[in-house]
Amino acid sequence: MELCDLSAYELSLLLRQRRVSAVEILESCLRRIAQVDGRPGSLEPGEPLPEDAERVHAFITLTAERARAQAEEVDRRLAAGEPVGLLAGIPFTVKDIFCVKGTPSTAGSRILANFVAPYTATPVARMEAAGALMLGKVNLDEFTYGSSNESSAFRPTPRNPWNLDRVPGGSSGGSTASVAAGEAPLSLGTDTAGSIRQPAAFCGVVGIKPTYGRVSRYGLIAFGSSLDCPGPIARNVVDAALMLQVIAGPDPHDSTAANLPVPDYLATLDEGVRGLRIGLSPDYFRITFPDAVRGEYDQQPIPGEIEAAVRRAADILADLGAEIVEGVPMPNTRYGIPAYFVISRVEAASNLHRYDGVKYGYRTPQPVQDLHEMYRKTRNEGFGLQPKLRILMGMYVSAAQYSAQYYQRALRVRTLIRRDFEQAFDPQGKYRLHALLTPTTPTTAFRMGAIYGDSVLMQYADQLTVPANHAGIPGISIPAGLDGEGLPIGIQFLGPDFSEALLLRIARAFERATEEAPWRKVKPQVLQRLAA
Amino acid sequence: MPAETIDPATFAHLVHLAALELDEAQAEYLRRELNRQLGAIHELEAIPLDDSVPITSHGVPYTPEISPPLREDDWQPFSDAAEILGQAPQVEEGYVVVPDIPHTTLE
Repeated sequence: MELCDLSAYELSLLLRQRRVSAVEILESCLRRIAQVDGRPGSLEPGEPLPEDAERVHAFITLTAERARAQAEEVDRRLAAGEPVGLLAGIPFTVKDIFCVKGTPSTAGSRILANFVAPYTATPVARMEAAGALMLGKVNLDEFTYGSSNESSAFRPTPRNPWNLDRVPGGSSGGSTASVAAGEAPLSLGTDTAGSIRQPAAFCGVVGIKPTYGRVSRYGLIAFGSSLDCPGPIARNVVDAALMLQVIAGPDPHDSTAANLPVPDYLATLDEGVRGLRIGLSPDYFRITFPDAVRGEYDQQPIPGEIEAAVRRAADILADLGAEIVEGVPMPNTRYGIPAYFVISRVEAASNLHRYDGVKYGYRTPQPVQDLHEMYRKTRNEGFGLQPKLRILMGMYVSAAQYSAQYYQRALRVRTLIRRDFEQAFDPQGKYRLHALLTPTTPTTAFRMGAIYGDSVLMQYADQLTVPANHAGIPGISIPAGLDGEGLPIGIQFLGPDFSEALLLRIARAFERATEEAPWRKVKPQVLQRLAA
Repeated sequence: MPAETIDPATFAHLVHLAALELDEAQAEYLRRELNRQLGAIHELEAIPLDDSVPITSHGVPYTPEISPPLREDDWQPFSDAAEILGQAPQVEEGYVVVPDIPHTTLE
């Protein structure tokens, strides 16, 4: 066991006891990166190399010297007896959708490949202020538009540390891959339809989508401004709680950051689940998706292994004293993706208009007649297919003549999705749930290349996560076992607005109860190879 | 196959509005995927929505209790304007330079 395989919490204790230094922790992570990550994502990767398929490729930019300076400062403070922050000496990676002053902040896109951020996003600034060590920027789907990380302009794209032929999920795939492979104990991701929780499930790590507004979006390169939520990715629930503690809270730079005090997430973490009402919904045990050929809707149960993992978790929580409430209706779950196809595209198109080759980012080197031609050539060369698809759809469904049919209607369907949750969580209602327990994803990690290009099927990977984004409520995905192919299965807890403390508590209770489960002893493929 | 909603003419108009310029292969892929996505979106039309259902533009309601007060409308200089200008593809004497802006001269 290397230092880099320990949790942030364990590392914090060792550091405070002066049994290790921050520089030693950093060196351990850098060694792991050198062993497993391979070449970083690049716009000019050339021909694929045979060894590419054997590496994780989480990183776009490694900031080892920045992290080393931070580590040395932590060690100096500790030696001088000065106070240090909650995450002192803990390395973390940052999804390359956050601005970090002085680093390339690319969004995984050619159009921002040369953009060096002049300021730092609030969640990153808070991590660094708490003493955490920023190791670098990790890969993602271009502008976060995807569920597999395959749409990034920076190649090779990340692979799943549990099985290198599989995708890590997305869009925070570099984040979850870096945490699963022991490159860093923590990563900062974003979740607009499931982009933290889905890759967390695929990579066997913990991911939190906080309540909308719980974590500031200042410095986050925007996708869907009413949906985007920055959040923590970690290897266990305690570490995720530690990180949320640091990044959550009001921010004068973001007027949508909720002006609410942040509770002490660690203080209540081990209070257990006795007396809590946790719901199961049949609407989360099936998926509805359009058949590509017939254009009609198919409904299928989710795979038996995934349902079994959820039911096993419910049994464990029941044994711990929770009351499991079966049959909670969430009838509008199936409309989450169709509504998202509209709402997120309108917001994306609006947010992508700013990339025009004028003030920053890529500008076409071709000769042009005028400004309009410069815009067109720049945007054509700078954007990949997925941003183009979102811009075109967003413009179509928000056009004056179609807006009532599409955009206004989708926003009203969003109200129905929100009402499903309000009814389930209503303290005076029929169900009075504290949380809903669901699978995180309809499948485990799929093969690289299996779905990419089919923009409809790819979007349906988010069917069980996107309702929380529409409703604004928090969700957490935690590992709950492995399927027959040895791939991680994630389960999700959803709760009412600002109930992160309760969700963490439930997740922690499950984690403690399964500490000795055989599946917890299985390591990701890349780490098994290192040990061999 | 579902009906094709976005025909080539509508698509070309969208491409123009979006300030894009696509080669044939891209255009074919994008138009096909747009129509497939619209097929999925059409599911929304089957939902009974009476007039009492309002729109939700944000999941979590912005109440006065959780909304931060507006800050003062103060002018705050950025510490390093040169760093921001340094990001621009073409700059001359503190101005961002762009190609000719199409315009007509008024009589």
